[in-house]
Amino acid sequence: MNTKLTREQHLELYYFMQLNRQLEDRLVKLFRQNKIVGGVYSSLGQEAVSIGTSYALEKRDWLAPMIRNIGTLLVKGFKPRDIFTQHMAKYTSPTHGKDGTSHFGDLKVRHVVSPISMLGDLIPVMAGVAMAGRYLGQNIVAMTWIGDGGSSTGAFHEGLNLAATQKAPFVLVIENNQWAYSTPVSLQVPIRNLADRAAAYGITSRIVDGNDVVAVYEASKAAVDECRAGRGPVLIEVKTMRMKGHAQHDPAEYVPKEMFEYWKTQDPIARYEAYLTKHALWDPKKKSEIDVRIERELDEDQKFAEESPMPAPETAEQGVYCEGCHTIAADWRRPKSEVMPPASSVEAVWKVTDFGAFARPAARAASVVAGVSSVQPARTEPAEVEVEKQQPLRVPFGRGPKDRSVELERREKLVEKPVRHKPHKRRRR
Amino acid sequence: MPEITMLEAIREALFEEMERDPAVVALGEDIGVYGGAFKATEGLLAKFGRERVIDTPISETAIVGAACGMSYLGLRPVAEMQFIDFIACCFNQVTNFAAKSHYRWGAPVPMVLRGPSGGGVHGGPFHSANPEMYFVHTPGLKVVYPSTAYDAKGLLKSAIRDNNPVLFFEHKFLYRRIKEEIPAGDYTVPIGKAIVRREGRDLTILSYAAMAHVALEAAAVLAKEGIQAEVIDLRTLLPLDRETILGSVKKTNKLLIVHEDTRTGGIAGEIAAIVCEGAFEHLDGPIARVTALDTPVPYSPPLEEHFLPNAEKVVAAARELAKY
Ligand SMILES: Cc1ncc(C[n+]2csc(CCOP(=O)(O)OP(=O)(O)O)c2C)c(N)n1
Ligand SMILES: [Mg+2]
Repeated sequence: MNTKLTREQHLELYYFMQLNRQLEDRLVKLFRQNKIVGGVYSSLGQEAVSIGTSYALEKRDWLAPMIRNIGTLLVKGFKPRDIFTQHMAKYTSPTHGKDGTSHFGDLKVRHVVSPISMLGDLIPVMAGVAMAGRYLGQNIVAMTWIGDGGSSTGAFHEGLNLAATQKAPFVLVIENNQWAYSTPVSLQVPIRNLADRAAAYGITSRIVDGNDVVAVYEASKAAVDECRAGRGPVLIEVKTMRMKGHAQHDPAEYVPKEMFEYWKTQDPIARYEAYLTKHALWDPKKKSEIDVRIERELDEDQKFAEESPMPAPETAEQGVYCEGCHTIAADWRRPKSEVMPPASSVEAVWKVTDFGAFARPAARAASVVAGVSSVQPARTEPAEVEVEKQQPLRVPFGRGPKDRSVELERREKLVEKPVRHKPHKRRRR
Repeated sequence: MPEITMLEAIREALFEEMERDPAVVALGEDIGVYGGAFKATEGLLAKFGRERVIDTPISETAIVGAACGMSYLGLRPVAEMQFIDFIACCFNQVTNFAAKSHYRWGAPVPMVLRGPSGGGVHGGPFHSANPEMYFVHTPGLKVVYPSTAYDAKGLLKSAIRDNNPVLFFEHKFLYRRIKEEIPAGDYTVPIGKAIVRREGRDLTILSYAAMAHVALEAAAVLAKEGIQAEVIDLRTLLPLDRETILGSVKKTNKLLIVHEDTRTGGIAGEIAAIVCEGAFEHLDGPIARVTALDTPVPYSPPLEEHFLPNAEKVVAAARELAKY
């Protein structure tokens, strides 16, 4: 076993993954009974991503879920009733029927920012959360998720670029589930590993097996720790598979059967159950205890939601503006005097250490060399090698290459081959 | 007390608010060392440091997105658009993210988005726009567009202290052209209140920003002809001060609306509807409007002058209206 997770934590991971799955299973049934107002976006087969990543956060940390990250809300302390009532548009839902699905949050206790439908928009927002947390001396980390498809948006680039220039304590998880609605990832992004994009921002990245909850947790924990130590942001790509259509209405007939067949063998919960059994972390009695607890909680909360009233029509008029209903007060964890004059005062000049001159191509990326091919025509070809050297370091499960345990494991071949980035072969011109 | 420009008044508001409240931070392109394209933020960095005066990449979506995120932790970010025209690049963050946040899930966004707007300086199609109506059409935002140095300072302070996202338009033609004595130190001007700039009984001219000055110029000409025009400066476009608008129309029975924004979908249409709903029986003539043409803002001076409303055009329209 290759983790510091305690037995309790291991079992909690199972609890959340199974709760995530069973909750969504019930949502699907409610959808078929016409009790859901909008859509149901299944994260079947991706539970290890939501649970493993968010489990690495502490209570003070912030997250913003995407549509398939209901699991992260459970980890942050929301209850199944919140998710049932949101989908059923009930007055008792966290948004009182103003919005649905996972579109809700909590600024005060759970530190969850509500998503909006527009993909990518949370990335600059969470960069801002991370910056503000640092400014207030809170030592927090902000985390959000984006799909393989959503990673093509301008907001993805703008947000990650700002976070990187600000060295913000921010973890971005690209949830590569191979499909964006009906479009395969190969048509969304012209590279095999989406984590490669980290190179463009000069930040660290990792690739992890998204159906291995412990691996996802370890990679996320390492990323969170790095961010807290001031070495953020970090980009994590998890490789996984969307096992249903885009939403309930979509039978996903465009996905080759063989692909589903393969990924069925990789089911994250089945794999984790085998892992728990193999490492003697539970027995059938413990498993059934947890499963029974989940059933009970879901029964209770589903009943609560079904019996809840719809909102009164006229409440549609309320709440467009904050008219004194909220008191806005930052939670300062450093003396305010540090950010007030005279302590805050600086000399308003730039300190430039690098004049940015063109250096000899040997140490430069191919694109630069190509850009001046008239000057250095002979260098264009071999310089391609240099690009690969510039790829950011990617290590299994978030430990550095100098970590002795990585080397030891590799030698002893104790674990399955760590997922490693293979440089994508370039076509020769 | 010395006279100061509108630009200086804006700068004063920023200084005073940042001094008053450490939760106020500024972010935008070239706002720090350089002090902003129009120098509205000059001197802020030296006083408040890099943590509070943040030079960002050229990335409007990131600027507004980050400001939203900062708001959620209780900060009061003031984000600058180098020119307000570039707000088109972050339309989604403004209209879908910031504007809907409080309604959807009760999360206020106490952010100010400010920037130089408006024409008359031959800035061409991309540095002269008046895009206020995109945002006036967005519930959840407040839209402020002052015409004087006094109002600019007082309204910017109100905007910073407001718990909602406020778009603060600064007419760049007015930045350095108007000067007035304003009280030193703290005062605010309430958002959502129009002001009567000149009293009159024959007709009402409603306007805002640079056109408020044009309306006053026209009113002076009209007075010589015996037409007493009442001039109202809206100051805030969202929420609109219906009371003042209707009150004046009920008094003068005639309404002329002047705006620098293009004609179709400009605020004149909305005000006409409000007046029809609330004071139709008081009208003695058609609601008239003088606006910019329905074209992009052209670059060449004769073209731009033709495009923009001016005092002559306002006087002509007022004369026609006064005949009823
Ligand atoms: C900016 C934007 N464009 C289009 C959509 C419509 N849409 C919603 S989800 C989706 C596919 C997203 O794919 P991906 O990002 O891979 O996430 P996944 O659904 O696989 O989790 C699309 C096109 C949207 N929500 N936002
Ligand atoms: Mg996808």
